[in-house]
Amino acid sequence: MTSNAVVLPFIVHLFTAILLLFFWRKTVAQRIISVMGSTLALTVAIGLFSSVWNDGILTMQAAGWAAPFGISFVADVFSSSMVLLTSFSGLAVAVYSATGISRGRMLFGYFPMFHFLLMGLNGAYLTGDIFNLYVWFEVIIIASFVLMSLGGRKAQIEGSVKYMAMNILASTFFLTGIGILYGITGSLNIADLSLKVGAMENRKLVDMTAIFFIVGFGIKSAVFPLYFWLPSSYHTPPSAVAAIFGGLLTKVGIYALFRIFTLIFVPDDFLSNLLIVLAVLTVLTGTFGAVIKNNIRRLLSYLIVCHIGFMVGGLGMYSEVALAGALFYLFHDMMVKTNIFLIAGLIRKLRGTMNMDKIGGLYAEYPLLSLLMAVVLFSLVGIPPLSGFWPKIYLFEAGFMDHHYALVAAIIIGSFATLYVIAKMWAKVFWKSQPEGIAGVEDGFRPMSNFRRSLLVGPIVFLAAITLFIGLGAEHIVTVVNHIVREMKDTSPYIQAVLEMHVSP
Amino acid sequence: MKSTILKTASSYLLPILLLFSIFILLRGHYLPGGGFVGGLIASIAFVLHSFTHDTEATLQLLRIHPRALIPVGLGVSALSMFVPFLGGLPVMTGLWFDEPVPVIGLIGSALVFDLGVYLVVIGVVLTVLFTISQYSE
Repeated sequence: MTSNAVVLPFIVHLFTAILLLFFWRKTVAQRIISVMGSTLALTVAIGLFSSVWNDGILTMQAAGWAAPFGISFVADVFSSSMVLLTSFSGLAVAVYSATGISRGRMLFGYFPMFHFLLMGLNGAYLTGDIFNLYVWFEVIIIASFVLMSLGGRKAQIEGSVKYMAMNILASTFFLTGIGILYGITGSLNIADLSLKVGAMENRKLVDMTAIFFIVGFGIKSAVFPLYFWLPSSYHTPPSAVAAIFGGLLTKVGIYALFRIFTLIFVPDDFLSNLLIVLAVLTVLTGTFGAVIKNNIRRLLSYLIVCHIGFMVGGLGMYSEVALAGALFYLFHDMMVKTNIFLIAGLIRKLRGTMNMDKIGGLYAEYPLLSLLMAVVLFSLVGIPPLSGFWPKIYLFEAGFMDHHYALVAAIIIGSFATLYVIAKMWAKVFWKSQPEGIAGVEDGFRPMSNFRRSLLVGPIVFLAAITLFIGLGAEHIVTVVNHIVREMKDTSPYIQAVLEMHVSP
Repeated sequence: MKSTILKTASSYLLPILLLFSIFILLRGHYLPGGGFVGGLIASIAFVLHSFTHDTEATLQLLRIHPRALIPVGLGVSALSMFVPFLGGLPVMTGLWFDEPVPVIGLIGSALVFDLGVYLVVIGVVLTVLFTISQYSE
């Protein structure tokens, strides 16, 4: 069904960003506009999700050029739920940024860039054209370069150079892959490619092309062996930025992997085994990194890498149960990872540092806040019935059904390491008493006004509530996830909706 | 740069280059050219002026800081993209007036989009170059 509502999620962010540019250097107005824009985007995203859920896949052919010649925008349940989750994170981070970002950064365009980044994310989810997907990735990385280097501290510049170099390399691989794909099929529309690549007889060539996409998206989503840029850059920007990066940026790579590897390259034995091996190694390296780190944000960065492996492994197994588990994990991870970086920022406000050896005693001083953080931390670990638990059940079940024991072992090791790391963090940050005589430790939270404090804590409560819903209302998420898996396994409704023709399954 | 020839020439070149940039902007829909190239030519005109006179003098000539052109241009482009949406057509659909306007030719939403690009390019190029030149002074 054709509907203009498909493009609204990124149009809203585009206009918000332009409006913010008019208010250059007026930071109070920028904060208000940003929160209002994000709220509007959330409303639009909810509307889009409910209409896709009720009426099926919505499409829009830009400028009225029919697919496969023009650029198609497609909203199916998968993309609209990604847009919805992004809007939740976006609103939370916009509110948090109002006090969590220094005025100096706002003066140099933090908020416009933040909205351009969200525009890029929403565009990447909604596009149905593989070159257009590349363009949205460029929008995302340009905005993220600015956000990452804004502030200009030495560590930040160092981190952003690594980030930029690896992401440009990833884009090059991605673009080369698109070039080859266009060379062998003559099309860029994902639905059209799905038909044409499916009919190709030279499967070796198809597999080789797929490798380019695995490398490209693998770098972007920090899959072994190309993950190292992530832990060495994500701890440098302010926490609000790190939250968007950790919660959403690596996940857009995962989204693209799922999109490309269910629609265009359906995993055969070779691709499936490759993805599983990568997943096992990703989980293990992320685990080893997380165990030895002492800085909260560095530790969380390695946990991102570790958990990326869970999702890639789910895609690699490519059974219905495995895909359901990986998608559930993706939804849970987007909310929890955004929140946990916001929490890391709050801990920094409370103590002035993120080195776990230098801080302690948060539970004695702020019992309610600690309880709130505990909910999120336990969700990340996956203590039943919280949200991290359910997807792992699916992944284990799929692993045992298809005899992928190495992956099952890796996921178990990864889960235990997450538990160990979070328990260590809980013991050191919350239970241990504050070590005496450490310079530079001061509480920046207590002197704040109640309003500013609520701007910091409110988003964490908001995201924690969503995480609780994902955990306690798991049956709703499972319904959505199963619907998505059906659409991934039987792609004919998607192709039919985009190309507006009948396709026999 | 102290060169009398260049200084005298640049005062004459500025209006000519600006006119030429508008010509390029308008012919872009059927022939090579368009908002991006037009914007570059227009910014070259101002950069040449700032070489021979002074960055401050060029900023005074412009009256508004080039940075202010960026959101205006982006807004114009985004609106031209969004207008078909309000009429229920797909976003970015080209809307055209039936009758050609004398001298300019057919006017459509694509021209408005290009006008936005023109302004953004002038804004970005001049902001970058003037910031560098003021920083190095």
